[in-house]
Amino acid sequence: MRNVMGGWTGKLLRVDLTTGTSRVESIPESWLHEYLGGRGLGVRYLYEEMDPAVDAFSPDNELIFATGPLTGTPAPCGARYMVVTKGPLTGAITTSNSGGHWGPELKFAGYDLVVVQGRAASPSYLLIYDDRVEVRDAAAYWGRGVWDTEDGLRKELGIPELRVAAIGPAGENRVRFACIMNDKHRAAGRSGVGAVMGSKNLKAIAVRGTGGIDVADPAAFMDSFWKLEHDMRDHPGRQSFGEFGTAATIDMTQAFGGLPTRNFQEGQFEEYENLNGVSVRENRLVANKACFACTIACGRVTRLGEYADKFLVNMHPRNWRHAYEGPEYESAWALGADTGVGDLDAVLKAHWLCNDLGMDPISMGATLAAAMELYERGVVTDEHVEVPLRFGSPEALVRMVEATAYREGFGEELAEGSKRMGDKLKHPEVFMGSKGQEFPAYDPRGFQGMGVAYATCNRGACHLRAWTPAIESTGEADPHTPEGKSPWVAQQQNRTTAHDATGLCLFVGGSGATLESILPCISAATGYALTMEQLLTIGERTWNLERLWNLKAGLTRKDDTLPKRLLTEAHKSGPSQGVTVDLDAMLPIYYRERGWDQEGVPTREKLAELGLASLY
Amino acid sequence: MSDMLKIVPEKCTGCMQCELACSWVQTGTFQPSRSVIRVNVFDEQASYAPYTCLQCDEAWCMNACPVNAIGIDAATGAKVVVDAHCIGCHLCTIACPFGTIFTLPQSGNAAKCNLCGGQPACAAVCPTDAIEFGAGDSQAPWFDGWAEKVHNRYIEAAEQQ
Repeated sequence: MRNVMGGWTGKLLRVDLTTGTSRVESIPESWLHEYLGGRGLGVRYLYEEMDPAVDAFSPDNELIFATGPLTGTPAPCGARYMVVTKGPLTGAITTSNSGGHWGPELKFAGYDLVVVQGRAASPSYLLIYDDRVEVRDAAAYWGRGVWDTEDGLRKELGIPELRVAAIGPAGENRVRFACIMNDKHRAAGRSGVGAVMGSKNLKAIAVRGTGGIDVADPAAFMDSFWKLEHDMRDHPGRQSFGEFGTAATIDMTQAFGGLPTRNFQEGQFEEYENLNGVSVRENRLVANKACFACTIACGRVTRLGEYADKFLVNMHPRNWRHAYEGPEYESAWALGADTGVGDLDAVLKAHWLCNDLGMDPISMGATLAAAMELYERGVVTDEHVEVPLRFGSPEALVRMVEATAYREGFGEELAEGSKRMGDKLKHPEVFMGSKGQEFPAYDPRGFQGMGVAYATCNRGACHLRAWTPAIESTGEADPHTPEGKSPWVAQQQNRTTAHDATGLCLFVGGSGATLESILPCISAATGYALTMEQLLTIGERTWNLERLWNLKAGLTRKDDTLPKRLLTEAHKSGPSQGVTVDLDAMLPIYYRERGWDQEGVPTREKLAELGLASLY
Repeated sequence: MSDMLKIVPEKCTGCMQCELACSWVQTGTFQPSRSVIRVNVFDEQASYAPYTCLQCDEAWCMNACPVNAIGIDAATGAKVVVDAHCIGCHLCTIACPFGTIFTLPQSGNAAKCNLCGGQPACAAVCPTDAIEFGAGDSQAPWFDGWAEKVHNRYIEAAEQQ
């Protein structure tokens, strides 16, 4: 198989935790061509093998790790893998992407995908060392943080090159927004994929691969590789990512009144300059860190210095004077502006805790912000909480992150996410998200297009599927009106979905590369001569298949919505003053653009066009 | 003095492009386990350090080899393993003070940096110029002040404990 195919290994590793057995399967070539890899292939397998109606924590939920054909090649930022499963936060299909070195290592071990089924009887971890696959006892690591687990496994197995994807206490305790962390600081972050792993009693997947990845047409591959390198090398986007990290975005969203503050009650944060890329760089940055094959290096390695022992945490002692990674734009916003905390050290520490405990900082910060709003309104009182949950309190931030991971005290409520917490406390209006998943850091009243992007995203609110500030912050489109947003969002969703199938990081898109310039790389690597049209169809096909999966899971048009706050309450000041989100204007156009009926169901014609007619 | 690899660890981001390029030149596949330049990562010290053969003037690997399987490339001055002569005894890997000569998993033969015949792929591909190839004053210019740096790092680490 190796001789006729490059990029792909063509192999899938299936592990049944219930029986502790595994087997290797060939991936049908037609699926490779129709779904390419990564997100596409993962979604195809989940659709084929799992009943979307089962509970996310059921052993019948499958947990799929999927790399793309360019993962593990030197194609810039070819580091990504996608976790595909049913999200416990949303009840919808989720596709959580991560970088680092774990995905490439899996390819070097000889697998494109790992499908994890069933549930282990006791805490276990999976070891993949090339052909050797074992389900092993993880009792020694259960209850421990992600970082200790990685160090411990390397030591236990005596393999310093080992790459580890693990869950922390949050995943074990089924916090509904727990992540799977790999290489200590890289997260398959959203929708609670870590809680699914925890429900399977699977602490970690440790991988070592000594094999290589072939490419079908070496000369053409290197040619397209150097072209991409050249395009990216001096690109201002790449330089900004490298110099200031993703947190540079704070200045932009602040300027547009699109930086959600205090649970979306405001669109600008007065202390934003404490949290932005410049502040991180000047105050706390030690080094830039790259994922595998990444030429951008947006990763921030930071150190707290003399502030290391501020905000001591109770249950999770460790040496906080070392260097760790963070913050990113999203975490700086969620743990910072959204909770009203302008203290970079507190935000950094909360971010580190999220990494080590294995939680998504976006949902964590946003859920805490919702609780803070309830506290300030007197719904949550000092009887409920050990620390006053005032907006802007660094003590509350750091303490509640820890309490959430261990479901301690009020952390029990926070661990369910803001939708369930709001419902339980009879104040559903504090939930700021879509399909049960908290919004990321773009206020749709500052960037109108994000409204329809959030409402229609298959995995709940997400900024990585159609990032409308790309046109709304550059003057290409008016950020405050719905005109033209729906077609752009639909098209962009297809593009990012196709991109997610390749195994490359989405950030190459902001750094001088395009889907068009990546295309020759894919063709040369796989030996499958792909056209741009086919690549975009792969994106559209996958998006529609995710939609079909969600429909089978019981989601409907009613779930394509936004909270009342965004639809009816405008900001009282700032650049986005007076703007509400006109979702009613955007959604019908979006459905039409997609070739779906007005109930959001793909038409027979559309399904036939995408080759999905037999699947629904 | 021949051109040499100059490595500046402070510029390295740990992306492993050098390992990919190195294995590509040797094997025609992307296989970091076969690379003879390796990036050492010390996470909590925020340190990424590519390391490879220094091409020592007095090469202990050469001296140790019982069958003269390590020779000198006249064009580049690189110490190169002559595969046909190597008997896989691993003596060179023991003799090397820097741990920059490796054994291949399949054949058991020695493998080391040969400067790619004068155009090292690792230097060409490094996105941050942490690895450069060119004229230098000493065998390992990045060793300048090395002892002092290590000393300072120890002090710093001790203070943090």
